[in-house]
Amino acid sequence: MSLHVETGPRADARAPGRRPRQGGRGPRGRLPAMFDLRVTPYLLISPYFLLFAVFGLFPLAFTFWTSLQKYELAGDAEFTGLDNYVKLMSDGDFWNAVVNTVGIFVLATVPQLVLALLLANALNKRIRGRLFFRMGVLIPLVTSIVAVAVVFTQLYGRDYGMINWILGLFGVDNIAWQNEKWSSWIAIATMVDWRWTGYNAIIYLAGMQTIPRDLYEAASIDGASPRRQFWQITLPMLRPIIVFTVFVSTIGGLTLFAEPVLFNNGRMDGGSTGQFQTVAMYIVEQGFRRFEYGYAATVAWMLFLLILVGVLINYFLARRIGGAK
Amino acid sequence: MTIKKRPGRLASAAVAMAAALAVAACGGGGEPAATGGTSSAPNEKITLTLQTFGGGTNFGYKAAVDKWNQEHPNIQVKYTNLTPDFENQYWPQMLNWLQAGKGAGDVIGIDEAGMGLAKARPQFFTDLGQYGLQSRQGDFPAWKWENGINAEGKLFALGTDVGGMAVAYRKDLFEKAGLPTDREEVAKLWATWDDFIETGKKFQEKVPDTKFIDGLNTWFNVVLSQEAAKNGDVSYYSKDNQLIVESNPAVRSAFDFATKVNSAGISAKLRNFQDPWFAGMRQGAFATVGAPGWMLGVIQGTITEDGEKPDQGKGQWDVATAPGGGGGNWGGSWLAVPKQSQHPKEAAELLSYLTSPEAQLLAFKEGGNLPSTIPAQDSPDLQSAVNEWFSGAPLGAIYGPSVKSLPPIFLGEKHSQTKAEVENVILGMDEGSIPVGQAWQRFIDEAKKVADG
Repeated sequence: MSLHVETGPRADARAPGRRPRQGGRGPRGRLPAMFDLRVTPYLLISPYFLLFAVFGLFPLAFTFWTSLQKYELAGDAEFTGLDNYVKLMSDGDFWNAVVNTVGIFVLATVPQLVLALLLANALNKRIRGRLFFRMGVLIPLVTSIVAVAVVFTQLYGRDYGMINWILGLFGVDNIAWQNEKWSSWIAIATMVDWRWTGYNAIIYLAGMQTIPRDLYEAASIDGASPRRQFWQITLPMLRPIIVFTVFVSTIGGLTLFAEPVLFNNGRMDGGSTGQFQTVAMYIVEQGFRRFEYGYAATVAWMLFLLILVGVLINYFLARRIGGAK
Repeated sequence: MTIKKRPGRLASAAVAMAAALAVAACGGGGEPAATGGTSSAPNEKITLTLQTFGGGTNFGYKAAVDKWNQEHPNIQVKYTNLTPDFENQYWPQMLNWLQAGKGAGDVIGIDEAGMGLAKARPQFFTDLGQYGLQSRQGDFPAWKWENGINAEGKLFALGTDVGGMAVAYRKDLFEKAGLPTDREEVAKLWATWDDFIETGKKFQEKVPDTKFIDGLNTWFNVVLSQEAAKNGDVSYYSKDNQLIVESNPAVRSAFDFATKVNSAGISAKLRNFQDPWFAGMRQGAFATVGAPGWMLGVIQGTITEDGEKPDQGKGQWDVATAPGGGGGNWGGSWLAVPKQSQHPKEAAELLSYLTSPEAQLLAFKEGGNLPSTIPAQDSPDLQSAVNEWFSGAPLGAIYGPSVKSLPPIFLGEKHSQTKAEVENVILGMDEGSIPVGQAWQRFIDEAKKVADG
């Protein structure tokens, strides 16, 4: 194509209406305008992507690169390929941490979401002091995790804890909560639930308020009981919200860290036999207690994959809620 | 420096923020601007940070630092004790700071357990020889001096204190149990470690709700330090850094002792240097603690609430000779200057002062930390020392004789991590989550995991 119209840039800029349509590779003068049109949107949204690249993508890639090495903190690094991953597959301590993490997650999340749903349903009714109760369930969320964990750890203390004292009134011997899997899991799950149940309840409540009233009215006229209305209207309509809370809880549950660490006086071993060591704690133990950076990076990548798998499983489970009809 | 109010402030703040972000984005590879080695002008006021670890009075440097600060108005020292727990908290944090090139103090304390690793990482520490500290060699016993020389043959650390060994016990609780309370008589109760356990059982019969000892890992370490001296001065690692947990009879003896204590039921099952242990000490949950010199400061500092109530608990505790011949070297530390220090010359000067016989005696007075320098060990101040808080115990007479003949125990490069893991097994046995029959195998397995890591 040799068609080349040499129009003055200034003329063009002043009279954009006469601009030829096929001006794609046109004169330099149109460049700012084109630049403005094509690039500005990207520029405007770029801060997020730049930050994501620096603080999200780069660490992810760098962690992967580290996971391929035998890399000792404050020491030497040596490329070893997939050795770390092979070792991890047969590492009993890692799988113990996975079992603990999933166990605590199930123990914490299932009652938490059910309770949140019931709470939200109750708060959605016409009750006295509704605002007070609605604000009230959110209060645990504004306390810091550390404060929650420290207070609960004292409540669960072996010698001077309040829970053992209360149990003692019923003739139960002092329980060393940290020493067994079941007892430590329960203790940690209560910390998580105390803090997050209200948060989920408020989200469910917001979801419930978007459900059109006339559905319930119609159902009432048809003679559906409140219980039936809950199962047949509220739950199916809440499905997207439930999927969201399940996602968030899964990510939070599988990266559980602060509560079990503080429950253990800030140590990463999760009890003397790792009764409640979570995967996140195992990463820190490997990287910053045994100084095996490369191996810690490997565990971190496995945790990432685990979360993906967990979210997918939960997605399919949650999609079936109330979806039978 | 104060910030003056001017129109460009916001802009300059933004620039600074951007610069900070850019630097942060570069990651840990960036070295601090090349100021290392330059010393400030003589009249400029500088602050040196001294970082230590330990419970109670820890390194016992309060008096020594106050004295320095009075004499050096232009070189002020900020003395911070970071945490009581060396293996699980202090050392990992410190290595991170050393690796990052930022965060570590100008002078830092290193426990014996971390020295193996510190020696193998010369890149992180200032060569003290270039500031003339080689001249201090005559002050120290050979082993304490040589452990401060790193893989490159450079002097990087000087010794602070040494372990020594005794037993701190609660006089009032001993009386309640019908046991003698006089320290000479008490020492006669336990010529051997088996006698010690027997005494514990007797104590337990009379006083069921207070336990005889604090927890297994304190005493495991006491016995290990004695036994290591009988078995070639090695502990978990041989002198060429091979794991010898399985073959070193010292480790096995200490472990066997721990199982015997466990079956005797005389332990309060508290892990040392954790909050419940400190709480138990304050509330009188146990009657004895294995006490290297520095442990006295931990006890006194804990019960007197860091010296705020100096008379609290005074006269309640006393100190007696340890079973098994009394010796044993558990603990003892060194001071080093990280390379990242902005004032290495002044830091070396401070380090030399803090490890001087004079400052070591101040620390001994404050926290019972036994001096490692020969002039301080020989001084009448130590030999005739009496601690009023510990019922007037003659510390000089109890620790003095053994302190000069302390065995230099070799600790491998991964000693700190190994210690943390195997003590977990001892504690698991103590609290019942690991069956006694499986504990030894697990002990070896955990050690191997760290060594192979």
